[in-house]
Amino acid sequence: MKRILSNRDAAGLYRSMFRIRVCEESFIGPIMRGIIRCPVHLCTGQEAVAVGVCAALSRHDLIFGNHRSHGHYLAKGGDLNKLVAEVYCRRDGCAGGRGGSMHLRDVSAGMLGSAPIVAGTISLAVGAGLAMKIARKSGVAVSFFGDGAAGEGVLYESLNLAALKRLPVIFVCENNLYSTHMPIRECRVSKDIYKIARPFGARAWQADGNNIFTVLAKAKKAVSLCRSGRGPVFLEFLTYRMHGHVGPDDNVQGAHTDIRPPAEIERWRRKDPVLFLRRYLTGSGVLSEKAVAGLESGVMNEIARAHALALTSSFPGPRTLRKHVYDE
Amino acid sequence: MMNDRILPFSLAINEALDLMMARDENVFLIGQGVKSPWYVGNTTQGLLSRYGALRVIDTPVSENAVTGSAVGAAIAGMRPVVVHPRTDFLMYGLDPVINEAANWNYMFAGNAPVPVVFWLIVNRGGEQAAQHSQALHALFAHIPGLKVVMASNAYDAKGLLISAIEDNNPVVYIDDRWLYNTSCFIPAGVYRVPIGAAAVKKTGRDITITALSFMVGEAMAAADMLKEDGIAAEVIDLRSVKPLDIRTVVRSVRKTRRLLVVDNGWMTCGVSAEISACVSERLPGGLVSGIRRIALPDVPAPASRTLEKVYFPAADHIVRKAKQMVRKGIR
Repeated sequence: MKRILSNRDAAGLYRSMFRIRVCEESFIGPIMRGIIRCPVHLCTGQEAVAVGVCAALSRHDLIFGNHRSHGHYLAKGGDLNKLVAEVYCRRDGCAGGRGGSMHLRDVSAGMLGSAPIVAGTISLAVGAGLAMKIARKSGVAVSFFGDGAAGEGVLYESLNLAALKRLPVIFVCENNLYSTHMPIRECRVSKDIYKIARPFGARAWQADGNNIFTVLAKAKKAVSLCRSGRGPVFLEFLTYRMHGHVGPDDNVQGAHTDIRPPAEIERWRRKDPVLFLRRYLTGSGVLSEKAVAGLESGVMNEIARAHALALTSSFPGPRTLRKHVYDE
Repeated sequence: MMNDRILPFSLAINEALDLMMARDENVFLIGQGVKSPWYVGNTTQGLLSRYGALRVIDTPVSENAVTGSAVGAAIAGMRPVVVHPRTDFLMYGLDPVINEAANWNYMFAGNAPVPVVFWLIVNRGGEQAAQHSQALHALFAHIPGLKVVMASNAYDAKGLLISAIEDNNPVVYIDDRWLYNTSCFIPAGVYRVPIGAAAVKKTGRDITITALSFMVGEAMAAADMLKEDGIAAEVIDLRSVKPLDIRTVVRSVRKTRRLLVVDNGWMTCGVSAEISACVSERLPGGLVSGIRRIALPDVPAPASRTLEKVYFPAADHIVRKAKQMVRKGIR
């Protein structure tokens, strides 16, 4: 699996994952200080899914995200400074301060938009796939959603429609075992979400979402099937969010949110996807410890600059309130 | 030659779809029954053979995914028309209309247009009862970011549909199957009826009557009857519920000083309430006999013909109410 990657590509994957991790963690301070106020759903722990899937895509492929989409946006090539400014709800954010953390979009990177209604953007991705099929383009549309979305009827309608019309759509389910506060065993009888796709005639696999090489291999296979008219494909990646559903609270049992057993969190900490790749790169000699450290400090500086820049951006002016209700 | 162009409402829609699909390959039609006259009458005749199954897409009953895929295709650069042959069934698919399409351009601060047309058909009457007949334009007009249009005649049906398809915003295009057999002269080729512009269908000095869609015909019939009693009614066809052309209404009421609002939706929080409020705000004290409304009673649609008869307002209701208003007020 690892052989399919050049050293340069492997380093690129690490840079992308590390960048998302640092970006996510960098929001915690400003949230605690009340400078960032919009709801922020951190994807720490889930970086490999976003990076692995997007690494299999080209710039012309299109993705849609959900409430937890900082990683999807960055992995697809969305502008970092505009993301950070948007989380601060500033004028220079990617949604001009009208969206906040849950509404990210960078058309130039093929990130068409994220939105927090659970499963709400799945059918939009099916539509983007339909658009590519009608226009006879070879592009692929991807919908990122969580395990909670498997409780919404539109996922099943969308699977059927996409399979029936053979659309180039990849359904990416990030199964992090919790739908807000509710563990998956309280949400559904079977933990294996991917199996829902098979009766519709779609190919479907479940894989380790914390192993970047596994994610990339599955995503490449899905992309190639879609490009050759054999889509849609359903990919379920097992992963874990290291923080709670929203904000920096970790939802640990015993704390006021009282949800997740500390031993479970610890177990997943040992499977940290960023550390996994780092260990592989340095252990196999792809990158020296010094090279990794250099890459990491470059990323940290970039993120620090993005925050500094965001704070120089003004809030949207009250007189702009009514702008953009319609495309004029 | 002229007579060749006297076409029914349903074929006016067919022409609009055909012209726009021929002109722009990004336009496509999707929805339940698009290839079935049973669902959509002759509105889509010939389209499947001309444009193929990639652009005339009949779908299973999955209103949420189908509506959402039309919205997604619009976000990705297409200009879809998604049809719901019975408005009631779209209730399964409101998320992509209200949460996604309507908000999209605003929540991304512009440059995020969603050029989709939601074509909804109202099928009232015929003892079809409460879930086959609802006119829900007020529901959609409440939502920022949507436009809502309703044609009252075949000419407007074609021109408004062309405008809706060309518009960069989500447009809810609602028509009434009771109008499908009404005919008028339809120019060949592309022409547009602007969205957000009402039409004065008949001028008069005694009372302003506003109406929409099917009720415009009833209002015109009422105006003819009122004329026999020496009452000159001005009839305004709103054509767009959103944006609402309140200026045209106010201009008329300033002259007649009486307003009767006729709507084919329910009374409470409906279009009639909105127009009444807008006119009261703009012409405080300028009316001689207040504002009166005729709308559906706040009751679900019944099946039985005896109940339908009292449920759906008609020309004679309008005549009665207008006479009361004109007699009561002294000019």
